[in-house]
Amino acid sequence: MQLSREALLRAYRQMKLIREFEERLHVEIMTGEIAGFTHLYSGQEAVAVGVCEHLTADDKIISTHRGHGHCLAKGVEVKGMMKEIWGSREGTCKGKGGSMHIASEEHGMLGANGIVGAGAPIAVGAAIAAKLNGKGGVSITFSGDGACNQGTTFEAMNFAVVTKAPCIFIFENNHYSEHTGYEYAVGTSGDIASRAEAFGMKVWRGDGTDFMSVYDTMRDVLEYVRAGHGPASVEFDTERFFGHFEGDPQRYRADGELDRIRAERDCLRKFRDSVTGAGLLSHTELDSLDAEILDLIQSAVDDARAAERPTAEDVLTDVYISY
Amino acid sequence: MEKKMYRTAILETLAAEMERDPNVVLLGEDIVGGMGTPGGPEAIGGIWKTTEGLFGRFGADRVIDTPISESAIIGAAAGLALSGKRPVAELMFADFVGVCMDQIWNQIAKFRYMFGGKSRCPVVIRMAYGAGRNASAQHSQSVHQMLTGMPGLKVVMPTTPADAKGLLAQAIRDDDPVIFLEHKTLYATKGNVPDGEYLVPFGHARLTRAGTDVTLVSFGLMLGYCEQAADLLAAEGIGCDVIDLRTTSPLDEEAILDSVEVTGRLVVVDEAPPRCNIATDIISLVCAKAFVALKAPPVAVTPPHTPVPFARELEAAYLPSPEKIAAAARKTLSWK
Repeated sequence: MQLSREALLRAYRQMKLIREFEERLHVEIMTGEIAGFTHLYSGQEAVAVGVCEHLTADDKIISTHRGHGHCLAKGVEVKGMMKEIWGSREGTCKGKGGSMHIASEEHGMLGANGIVGAGAPIAVGAAIAAKLNGKGGVSITFSGDGACNQGTTFEAMNFAVVTKAPCIFIFENNHYSEHTGYEYAVGTSGDIASRAEAFGMKVWRGDGTDFMSVYDTMRDVLEYVRAGHGPASVEFDTERFFGHFEGDPQRYRADGELDRIRAERDCLRKFRDSVTGAGLLSHTELDSLDAEILDLIQSAVDDARAAERPTAEDVLTDVYISY
Repeated sequence: MEKKMYRTAILETLAAEMERDPNVVLLGEDIVGGMGTPGGPEAIGGIWKTTEGLFGRFGADRVIDTPISESAIIGAAAGLALSGKRPVAELMFADFVGVCMDQIWNQIAKFRYMFGGKSRCPVVIRMAYGAGRNASAQHSQSVHQMLTGMPGLKVVMPTTPADAKGLLAQAIRDDDPVIFLEHKTLYATKGNVPDGEYLVPFGHARLTRAGTDVTLVSFGLMLGYCEQAADLLAAEGIGCDVIDLRTTSPLDEEAILDSVEVTGRLVVVDEAPPRCNIATDIISLVCAKAFVALKAPPVAVTPPHTPVPFARELEAAYLPSPEKIAAAARKTLSWK
């Protein structure tokens, strides 16, 4: 199905926002201003955006340690996120969570998560809640080829099938679980979707570097799940442009691999070529969006640098609601 | 006011809270029991009979019988709570907490803080704990000492049927995650339970015996042992304050310190192994905050640093007893 110009522009804008957010962090982290561990999502933008463009605030998502893309795709505010990563008390989580723990309930974003595989059971609970509410909401867990090997993921898939929960297990196979290849670690010859299928779910597969592939696949998946058929799963084949964490020397990559995937498997480049080639959008409009986003990122970084720092007293608040 | 069993108080409170608030949902292994069997749903009704009849009354959507998947149970409870529900999850045995510790410790306990105070996760996790039924090393443990040490959790340990009701209702209405520990040997004990709405606030200990010579502090099964010890000591002319903590997190420090200010002698009884438990925690507290009031070194009465043994003789030797507690109290009185 052909998307409107507005929808195409929005999809490009969202993917580009994630890309520039991450590319800028990659630069800023080297200066030492940002504390802690940061895991970048560059290369996988088409998955987060192709999924989330179908969702409303009533639909829930839960993410991973590589969560910036999912947060931005679900609508979490870019400046609040940048401030959070800078550790400001004006950040999305008051500087108490950092890169790995950005959440925003108002956007239906149940959190990035530092524990690989922890999100799947939580997503099932959110799906059961959606079923109880009876308004057609769904819950989506983003996992990688690493989390697909965790027992929590297996338990969650079975439990979702047993309860017919409207839960969607999205596996973003970026070929590396931390520093280990998926063909080694995923015992089903690297095939994740067949595993979900074995749990009794209908599964789909898509090209996670192609926005239209993700978007069209998800239209079918959501139609199926919202119709009350129970959970479903999708495996998207995608690419991770950076290391597991910032500072990872990536000695596990093949010679020239990073250049090759940036040249051949870049979802933004593919999207631009496709929509300009078909005459749907012009390079000029996309260039102007690029400039707008670079300005936004610059202003987010400026704001994060100037934002209020937390104080020692802030350590003690927000542990409990009632003490 | 009517005499009821501890398990009945729990069952009736679950039912009353589900009636009161449609957001309350239950989930756990065999809490319905018999799903997918010729015997049909409710062939079991929960192995502790604390959920019997609730499936028939509230339906499969709100009484969710789960596969044996503790991480999925607790994780799903977290997801339900983040989505506005008030789940009450059951771990059949507290010992199974190890299977799903990540969901409790890294997820539920931390969401509010980690997410900057903007989320709430009102989960109640009920667990049957404790020794005394020869269930041996993996079905008899006390786990409160680990969970009390985790910021973000509240830990509740009712001793009486009345408190089982009042504390459970409070736990379900509380906006923070609550660990609710039910001693498996207390399920069949009876006591007066107030009728109608009855809530017991957290962090308020209960004085069950008053005396000026020794302070005995405990909770759960051990509290009854402390009362029996106090009776033994009363026959010798020794008067004990017996304090039931009710909750180990939050801790009613004031009740303990006020009592020790008067008695100057302290015995803390804990069913957990001796290192890093509530007894060591309270003794440390009292030494730091009421040092001058102490007339003798405080004594901890606990099991030894071993797993829980199986044989009757071994388990009896393992657990604290009224006699051991009385001996500890005498020791504080004879100290020079």
